[in-house]
Amino acid sequence: MLDSFIADHAINLQRAEEAMAIDSLEFARRLVDINIPRGEIVKYTTAMTPAKVVEVVGNLTVLEMMMAVNKMRSRRIPSNQCHVTNVKDHPVQIAADAAEAAVRGFDEMETTVGITRYAPFNALALMVGSQVGRPGILTQCAIEEATELILGMRGLTAYAETVSVYGTEQVFIDGDDTPWSKSFLASAYASRGLKMRFTSGTGSEVQMGYAEGKSMLYLEARCLYVTKGAGSQGTQNGSVSCVGVPAGVPGGIRAILAENLIGMMLDLECASSNDQTFTHSDLRRVARSLMQMVPGTDFICSGYSATPNYDNMFAGSNWDADDYDDWNVIQRDLRIDAGLRPVTEDVVVKVRNKAAKVIQAIFEELGLPAVTDQEVEAATYAHGSKDMPNRNVVEDLKAAEEMMARGVTGLDVVKALYKRGFEDVAGSVFSLLKQRVAGDYLHTSAILDKDFKVISSVNDPNDYRGPQTGYVISDARWEEIRNIPNAVNPEDF
Amino acid sequence: MKLNEQLIRSVIEEVLKDFNLDTSSTGSAAVSVPSNVEGLNLVEKGEAKKGTKSDEVVIGLAPAFGVHQTRTIIDIPHYKVLREIIAGIEEEGLKARVVRVNRTSDVAFISHDAAKLSGSGVGIGVQSKGTTVIHQKDLFPLGNLELFSQAPLIDEETYRAIGKNAAKYAKGESPTPVPVRNDQMARPRYQAKAALLHIKETEHVQLGAKPVELDAQFK
Repeated sequence: MLDSFIADHAINLQRAEEAMAIDSLEFARRLVDINIPRGEIVKYTTAMTPAKVVEVVGNLTVLEMMMAVNKMRSRRIPSNQCHVTNVKDHPVQIAADAAEAAVRGFDEMETTVGITRYAPFNALALMVGSQVGRPGILTQCAIEEATELILGMRGLTAYAETVSVYGTEQVFIDGDDTPWSKSFLASAYASRGLKMRFTSGTGSEVQMGYAEGKSMLYLEARCLYVTKGAGSQGTQNGSVSCVGVPAGVPGGIRAILAENLIGMMLDLECASSNDQTFTHSDLRRVARSLMQMVPGTDFICSGYSATPNYDNMFAGSNWDADDYDDWNVIQRDLRIDAGLRPVTEDVVVKVRNKAAKVIQAIFEELGLPAVTDQEVEAATYAHGSKDMPNRNVVEDLKAAEEMMARGVTGLDVVKALYKRGFEDVAGSVFSLLKQRVAGDYLHTSAILDKDFKVISSVNDPNDYRGPQTGYVISDARWEEIRNIPNAVNPEDF
Repeated sequence: MKLNEQLIRSVIEEVLKDFNLDTSSTGSAAVSVPSNVEGLNLVEKGEAKKGTKSDEVVIGLAPAFGVHQTRTIIDIPHYKVLREIIAGIEEEGLKARVVRVNRTSDVAFISHDAAKLSGSGVGIGVQSKGTTVIHQKDLFPLGNLELFSQAPLIDEETYRAIGKNAAKYAKGESPTPVPVRNDQMARPRYQAKAALLHIKETEHVQLGAKPVELDAQFK
């Protein structure tokens, strides 16, 4: 089933014989040859079998793979994504954390739930909170696939990521799925003008009990060809939540980088994981992330926990809110652009407070359980959910269900915001909704800037051809990175 | 202590009788399973059929539960897991029915199968490593009423609360969900073990097999 799907839909048969005839070591050398542009590589990688592509990357060291990622990443400018969740599913905290994360530089944000039925509130709070921080942030809510699609169609999210594919047939079937059902789901998103990417990663088949004794990286390569064949513009891969499995075997972290690279070689957007705890060692978790931070990927983390890890409902990220300063200093130390920027406390407090007030107003306008001033105050200064008052969960769940039943959409959110005087945020949410009519952000690796202009592989393709080509940090961006607030001035001594 | 509990319960029941209220909603109905269990026999009784009684919650056990594996990922004996869930259901005045789902080791589908067999439409699925889901027959298979995805965080008390809440859903109530717990370091500590336990469970899957009714005999 998988092999025929891949042969029929993922491999360019016109070039297949030519591609398969190239010596794998020779092709591996092309990957790190600055004189051979990305496009020349993609011509052949999309005409190879999964086994062949695994053989090719098997020839590379991690350093060579990082060089290849630098060239093969689809979008020229790297970016970053975060998780915004909390153990209480507190919508006011989600809105405030999203606003802060936006100021800190994330272009995409993802939430999920502790309690499934909270999903509509989490999606709503994330979307609105993020727009308060910076217009044009794309948001998603990772949840059961049918519900996730409904939230997207309702305009409560702007993209989807957790469309899982697997490298063995039994794991696919166990999830009541086939490559065709996933293709159908991908088409459903496309039909409504919603961005989406698939997700997969080494170790998932092991974790699900049906690895069939095959190489984890080979199974992941099959996933990526299925992703390509199904017409998805991108992948979230890099073992993701199964990271404990490859991280436990020799060369496992190298294999994770190889996965990301294969995704890019197939001309897919790559959100490169770095999003799940796998070790108690701070040294190992940084070493693992440098593989993607240094060359840069479409989304280095997918995502970085914008809350303290105890609130991370993806069961803990490799990076969390308490690491922001370290991440910023690593960018500054290495002069790399890993997507974030230093912030000042007053800006953070201001946007958190506004996001909390905005969600308070929306809840009132939409007839949802009241958000108290005390909750707004707490969310403004909260480090995590331990600082937040408890909500009436039963009442919230009932209201969330009822909100979906009466068909509340993104437009109702726009109207509520406008009515309550938050015209700027109303405008941002409205612009976000308009994207799905234009459809430009369905192009590979698309993000939006603050003016809702699409930045994708079409208008910002990675043209790396050696030193001082491809993405080069601008003077303005370097100013931003280097100016950490805790730097001391020699004149002050 | 035991005497006192019984005494209090009988007093409550007497009082409630006077008020003409249903004792099943008090949350303190009698529990059939003894508290000091030390083992479990799961006797197969043929194919499990769809229930017709609205006062039952079906517990679906994964293929290896209680037979090929006998402890959760944090070493809680399976007889205690099952005891606590059944006790929780019975405390709410409902009945527990135990089945084994052999066709899959995926807890979403195990719990959904259990819900579809349940006369009340509410089921609980439990994997051998301890991962548990409360499901309802009309929800999407990968949806749920409550999901307890981090098996290392599920203790005996939580299993009892899961049983209680499932019974409350079956009665048409809207209980406060069992408080969500999260440990960001559970993955580094347990993921490899979880994978091994799940692979060992999956070895016992019989594709296409019908669910089997079980008589849970506590020792």
